[in-house]
Order: sequence, then structure tokens, then C-alpha cells
Amino acid sequence: MTTLAMPSVHYLAILPILVLLGGSLGLMLAAAMTHGRISARFTTTWTALSALASVIVAFFQWHDVAQHGSTTTMAHAIAFDGFSVLAGAVISVAVLLTSFVAHDWIARARVVGAEFHILLLAAAAGAVMMASANDLIVVFLGLETLSIGLYVMVAFDRHRASSAEAALKYLLLGGFASALFIYGAALLYGGTGSTTLTNIGYFLAHNYIAQPGVVIAGLALIIVGFGFKVAAVPFHNWSPDVYEGAPSPVTGFMAAVVKVGAFAGVLRIVLGALATQAQAWRPVIAVLIILSTFVGAILALVQSNVKRLLAYSSINHAGFMLLGLWSATPTGVAGTLYYVMTYAPVVVASFAVITLVGGVNEDHNSLENLRGLARRQPLLGGALAVLLLSQAGAPFTTGFFAKFAVVRAAIDNGGVWIGVLVMIAASIAGYFYVRTVLSLYDSSAEGTPVPLPRATALVITLGAASAVLFGVWPTPLESLAHHATLLLP
Amino acid sequence: MHSSLWLIAAIFTPIVVSLVSVAVPSLAPRMRTLGIVTAAVQLGFSLALWPLYGSHSGFDFVSRHSLARSWGLSFDVGVDGISLFLVILTALVTLLALLGANEEKNNAAFVRWVLLLSGATAGAFATRDLLVFFLFFELTLIPSYFLISQWGRAQARAAAMKFFVYTLFGSGFLLVGMIYLAVRHQHQVGGSLSFAYSALSHTVVSPAVATWVLVGFLIAFGVKSPLWPLHTWSPSAYSEAPTAGSMMLSALLAKLGTYGLLRFGVLILPAGVDRVRPYVMTLAVIGILYGSALAAVSKDLKKLVAYSSLAQVGFIILGLFSGSLTALNGAVLLMFNHGVITAAMFLLIGFVERRRGTSEIAALKGLQAPAPVLAGLFTLVMLGSIGLPGLNGFVSEFLILLGSFQSHPWWAAIATTGVIFAALYLLWAYQRVFHGEADEPNAAISDATRSERLVLVPLCVLIVVAGVLPSLFLKPIGASVHHVAPATSQEAGR
Repeated sequence: MTTLAMPSVHYLAILPILVLLGGSLGLMLAAAMTHGRISARFTTTWTALSALASVIVAFFQWHDVAQHGSTTTMAHAIAFDGFSVLAGAVISVAVLLTSFVAHDWIARARVVGAEFHILLLAAAAGAVMMASANDLIVVFLGLETLSIGLYVMVAFDRHRASSAEAALKYLLLGGFASALFIYGAALLYGGTGSTTLTNIGYFLAHNYIAQPGVVIAGLALIIVGFGFKVAAVPFHNWSPDVYEGAPSPVTGFMAAVVKVGAFAGVLRIVLGALATQAQAWRPVIAVLIILSTFVGAILALVQSNVKRLLAYSSINHAGFMLLGLWSATPTGVAGTLYYVMTYAPVVVASFAVITLVGGVNEDHNSLENLRGLARRQPLLGGALAVLLLSQAGAPFTTGFFAKFAVVRAAIDNGGVWIGVLVMIAASIAGYFYVRTVLSLYDSSAEGTPVPLPRATALVITLGAASAVLFGVWPTPLESLAHHATLLLP
Repeated sequence: MHSSLWLIAAIFTPIVVSLVSVAVPSLAPRMRTLGIVTAAVQLGFSLALWPLYGSHSGFDFVSRHSLARSWGLSFDVGVDGISLFLVILTALVTLLALLGANEEKNNAAFVRWVLLLSGATAGAFATRDLLVFFLFFELTLIPSYFLISQWGRAQARAAAMKFFVYTLFGSGFLLVGMIYLAVRHQHQVGGSLSFAYSALSHTVVSPAVATWVLVGFLIAFGVKSPLWPLHTWSPSAYSEAPTAGSMMLSALLAKLGTYGLLRFGVLILPAGVDRVRPYVMTLAVIGILYGSALAAVSKDLKKLVAYSSLAQVGFIILGLFSGSLTALNGAVLLMFNHGVITAAMFLLIGFVERRRGTSEIAALKGLQAPAPVLAGLFTLVMLGSIGLPGLNGFVSEFLILLGSFQSHPWWAAIATTGVIFAALYLLWAYQRVFHGEADEPNAAISDATRSERLVLVPLCVLIVVAGVLPSLFLKPIGASVHHVAPATSQEAGR
């Protein structure tokens, strides 16, 4: 009789996942024991504290990695490196911000119970798991934990049919993407004999594969799966509908956290395990980049619904984030990481403004409803202007340096042509951002001021402030992203 | 070497005041006064640079601090003889724009944007680092976009959007080109990435690569300058903008284009310049002729000045690319002189517009009789623009034509007709607007008020002084041009 050998566990490495998942379970228990009569104030505080704890843990993790270097744990299934720590911290910050936005939204939308926050924490734990996975199975586990939580959150607005419709669409296409991913993972396992990313990388680096068809097919399926998740063109069709149908706080969370988690996962798999196959995947990624940046920017021009507009804008951003992957260098990884970590607070705060303007039934989501917002409410409108300008990549905002970092990485590895193309797309995107910003300052528009609850106002302030503060003084974030090295075989 | 604090104060005073005033709403009623004081302080700091700079030839008032090592981002300031006068011009035009163009109703926001634009422009002129230049260069877009669209004429929104999209499109090429150069430099010498002028100018690139990078820069700076055929945004933006906006656009922002082209194009990519020289000079000459022709048929005074600016920028670019040091000196001087003249022109047109509600030439007639002082001021500025000997325009255009004639006689010969055209279209416009018998609404206008005259005094003094004593400006400019111009361009003419 064989005893099951327990792998050694480095608890600090998985502590953020444990904190977030533990927070989720604890909240579930608390809700069950009080028969659901749990106050919204309590659930928000609990969620925010869990997220905050996870951020604090990240400080200790960062210190530990800096001292002892990157490592793997739990039979090499979990990577513990600067990259996972930073991605975890960003996801936790996004949870923190979303919990505040959701607090006001829940009160307004008459949502009862703690389920929203339970799902929020669980989904975030999944995203962190993806970011720290060193095994295809763990990536999949994280992906599914994240996605299933999101499917339900998208459907959370029971007063609107479009919310349920969006969830169904997301569920079907998300499930499809997951299936592609797991099939790709199976093929990779078949081709290399391992599901551990560093082992796959090592195997491919030290063996000549005469017929790499299985590996290439696995790679292709994984890229398609992730393409769906990050809504890269041509796998983007679900995203405008889902962005529009989902409750606005959920859209913001989705835009931020799925991007962080999925990009962390895809960087790990493609650069960690499949760097040797670069000549196979770099052209594919280049096509995705060009299609995403251009289709996102051009289709955003003709949108009249602000959530659809931001959906196309996020497709455009996905293209830029892929640039770091395309360049396949540590500079590129740092660039994409900087991009997602500055994009996350900005996009959560943008959707926080949309949450307020959209109203209870989200029937004020047209661009017309934003017209004159900065005249009626200078601070709210001004903050949205800053957030949009940051997404456009205006100078002295984080958005500029994000684009700068990834374009720089691409050019560093022979991508002048792709740099020119994405910058042309960026100038098309700049047009619709600035057009929207200008409509905020339209003095002829009529409308009534929207109420500005405190918690949401705080999130909007933080998002806009982070965009400007770290746009003028990017030193700390640049240094973090630069030192958050990815564990490579 | 002097402390960089003078320069930092000149750049950041307007920016800080502009941002602080957003946070302190109680300042809003006094924003105009505050803005004027700020611009005056900015001008004081900028003017102090001039005597301090003295007879240097390299960069002075320098400081450099690394902000983000892996991106090559540094805080960097410093001016030399080439940028010194542009920094001063920025402060001066800002002050006069706030003093002279005060019809904007929504004062507080307007003044804030003007100050932000002024600080950003000064920041771009006063840096030795291309990335910092790019950041400020791009930053100018936002305030100028708001100034045009919010306070302009009826078609201002469309004009502002066109301006914005063109410039944004161009700057993408600049960004990619400059990153490419910096990366190349890093690969060559190791160390961390740097966008410093000194680093980029020592990057070794093949003539073919230098040509491509320069073409990218030409698109970006050519849009801003504007260089024919990238100019199509400029007539509508210049004429639809409010007076202060037109002043800053044509006197300052256009110079960002030509200055950037000189500092970060011509001076760091001499091999590329040699290859594109005939083409760019041709475009410049076409710009001179095209601008002059359209100025002649313009129905609106503001459009006329916009097209005449296109011709003047053609002269500047001709001088930059002719390969002659004399012409290069003239081009740098013309950047300053054209800024002075065009600011004065737009101010005067603003005064006319304030009285008559239009700047359409057909609606104006015989203004000389009711407004002799206004007409006199207009005459002086116009003669400066035409290039009458003894006034500022003459010196700079003469140097450009002299220098480029030595190296490229045909181009210079055709460009010279632009000077004649300028006399033609300006005198003709003057004749239609100021001469003749004033009809009803025109006869009733008042002459320039005391404050309007005072606003124009500094510009008129500069027009005369730079014409009579050009050495005041040419000495520092010439010293710096000699200091930085690559050897190849000094020989190109022979």
C-alpha cells in the first residue's frame, strides 16, 4: 500500500489565494448562519478587508521574493515570483475598488444577500491562481473559478432581461473557450509529457521534435482560448454584448481582473513553456494585435452606448497588452504588467462613473446621457475626463506610459512596423476618447445631476488620482513592473 | 553654468497656477488677473535667462534626474541660444494673449487652459530630452483643443477635431521613431535607455535608416509646423480659434514643430537630411507659393494670416534643410520673428473683430479714417511681415535666402518670389480693409484704446529692434548653431 506523498507547501506563496478564498467562504458561512440577514455594510467591509489583507500579504511576498528569489511550490504547480505577487496585488486592489462601487450599487439595485461579494472574492481568487500557476491544470482551475464567478455576477441584475441574456452569452462562449483551452492543454501534455509549465519549457528546449504538430496544435488552441477570454479580435464578438448587459460594476471588474488574470496566464504559458516555439506563435500574436487595435478603435467610433464604447476600447487595449507578449522579452513582460496594473484601477473607476450615470435600470447608458456631465457636476465629469484621457494615452497619465512601455518593448525586439501600426490605431482611438471628453463639457446639454454616493466617489477619485499621480511620477510603478520578473525554466 | 531653477520656474509657474486654481474654486472670479500676473512672472523668469545666458554656446540652466530607468525617462531641462528666445516668446505671447484677447466669457477655465498651454509649450522648448519634449509636445494638444473648440467660432469644433486628429496621427510616427533611435543607441553603447539629445545625436545609423526615422519625424513635426501638404488642418484651426488661441497656435505651437524638426531631426540625423534635402526643400517652396497664393485669395483676414503663416513656415523649413549655416541662423531667427509678427497680426485682427464682429475682408472698408492708430500699427506689423529692410522679417528671410542660394540657387530663386507675393497679398488686403471711403458700420468704429495700444507696444518694439539690431538675437543663436550643427551640413553647400 502506497502512502500519498504530500508535496511541500510554501504557504506564503499561496496566501493571497487563501485569504481571498477564505474571505469568500467565511462570508458564505456568515450569511448562512444569519439566514441571509446580513447587512450590506458588513459584507462590503468584510470583502474590502479581505482584499486589503491580500494586498498587505503581497508586500511580505515581494520582500520574500526579493530576498530568496523566485521559486515554485506544491510540486511545482504554483510559481512564486515577482510577477505573481504583483499581479495578485493588482487583482486585490481591483476587488477592493469594486467592492466599494458594488456597495452603492447593491443598495440602489435592491440586491439582497451577500452572494455578490462571495462571488467577487472567489472570482478574484481564481484570477490570482491563474497569475501564479505553473501548471496547465492550475491555470485551468483558476480560469474556471474566475469565469464561473463572473457568469453569475453578469446575471446579477434580475430586473433587466439583458443582464441574464449577457450572462448566457458569456457562459456559452466562455465555456467554449475553456473547452478549447483544456483541449490545447491536453495536446501539450501529449506532446511534451508534462503539464508543468517549466517542465514543458525545459523539454522543448532540450529535445528536437521532428513533428511538432501536436505541440503547435495545443499552442494554437490555448491562444484561441485566451483570445476569447481577453476579447482579442477575431474572438471578441461576445464582449460588447456582455459589457453592455452586465451590471456596470461587474463590467468594470471583468474588464480589469479578467485582463490581469488572463494576461498573466498567457504570458506564463507562452513565454514560460513555449518560448522555443516563438516562430510559430509570434506571427499569430501579431495578427491578433493588429486586428484588435484597429477593429477596437474603428468600431468604437460608431457606438452610441457608452458601455459598448468601452467594450471596444478594451478590445483595443487588449491589442496593446499583447504587444508585450509579442516582444517575448523581460521588457515586454514588464510592459504588459505595467499596462494591466495601470489599466485596472482606471477601468474600474470609469465603470463606477457609468454606474452612477446609468441609473437604476441602466437606461441612461447612451453617450447622450454623458453630454454636459462635467458642466453639471464638474468633479464627476472631470474625473471621467481624466480617466478617458488616460485610456487614450494622453501624456502625463499612466495610459501614456503603458503604451510607451509596450511599444518600446516591441521596438526593442524588431517591431518598428508593428509599433507604427498600433500607434495609428491609437490615434484613431484617441479621436473617440477625446470626442467623448468634449461632449462632457458641452454647455448646451440638459440633464439632471446624478447622486454621488460616498464609496463610489472614493473609487472614482482614487482611479483618476492614480492615473494622474503615476502619470507625472511613474517611478514606483515602473520600478515594480521592471522588477517583477517572470520565473522562466 | 547657472542654476536650472530659473528655467524650472519659467516652465512650471503657469502649470502650477493652472492646476491649483482648479482645486481652489474661490480663485475663479479673479482668474484673469491671476493669469496675467502668472504670465508676467513667467515672462520675468524667462527674460532673466537672456542676460544670464550671455555668450554661452552650449546648454545652460541644465539639470537632469532619472525618473524611470528602464524607460529612459528623465526629468530634463536646459536651453541654448536656439531655444532661449522661443522660451521668452512663449511667455510674452501668453501674457499678451491674456491682456489683449479678453472677450472670452467663461474666463476662469479659459485662463487655466491658456496657462497650461503656455507651461507645456515652454517645457517642450526648454528640454534636452526627446521623451520629455514628446510629453510636453503632446500635452499642448489638450489645452489647445479645448481653447479652439470651446471658445472658437461657429465651425470651431470640427476645426479643433481636425487639428487634434492630424497631430495625434503624426505624433505616433515621432514616438516610434524616437524609441527606435534610443533602442539603437542602447544596443550600441549598453547602459540604460536614454532619450537625451546628446545620446541620440551620437547614435550611429545607416543613411537609409536615418532617412526613414527622419521621414517619421517629418510627418509629426510637419503636421504641427505645418509643412505642405500636411497643413490642411491649419487654416480652419487658425481662423476658427478665438484670438488668443490663434495667437498661441501660430506663434508658439507651430514653432514646436519647426523647433523639434531642427533639434531632434536635422541635428541628430544629418545622414537622413542629406537624402531628403531636395524633397523637403521642394515641399517648403511649394508651401511658400501655395500659402502665398491662397493668402491672396482669402476672404477672411484670419485665413489670410493662416495661409501667410504657411508660407513663412515654408521659409523656416527651407532654411533648416538647405544645409547652409547662414540659412540655419536665419531659420532660427525667423521662428522668433514670425512668432512676434503673427501674434501681433492676430491681436490686431482680434481688435477689428471686437469692433465689427467679423474679420471678413468684404465687410471691412476704409478703417483708416475712423481708426488711424489701429491702421498705423497694422502697417508696421504688415511691413515687418513683408520683410521691409529695417524690420525683423527682412533679416531672417534675407539670411535664409542668402544661405540657401549658395547651396540651392533654384529653390532659393523660386522662394524669393514668395517675398514678392507677401508684399502683394498683404498690401492688397490692407488696401481693401483700411483704404477707401468707410461705409456705415465701418465709419463708426473707435480707434485702438490705450490698453490695446499698450499690448502691441512690446511686439512693435521687437519688430523694430530685431530689424535694426539683429545681432542681439543672432549672437546667441549663431553661437549655438555653430556649436551643434553637424560638420556635414556646414560643408553641404560647397
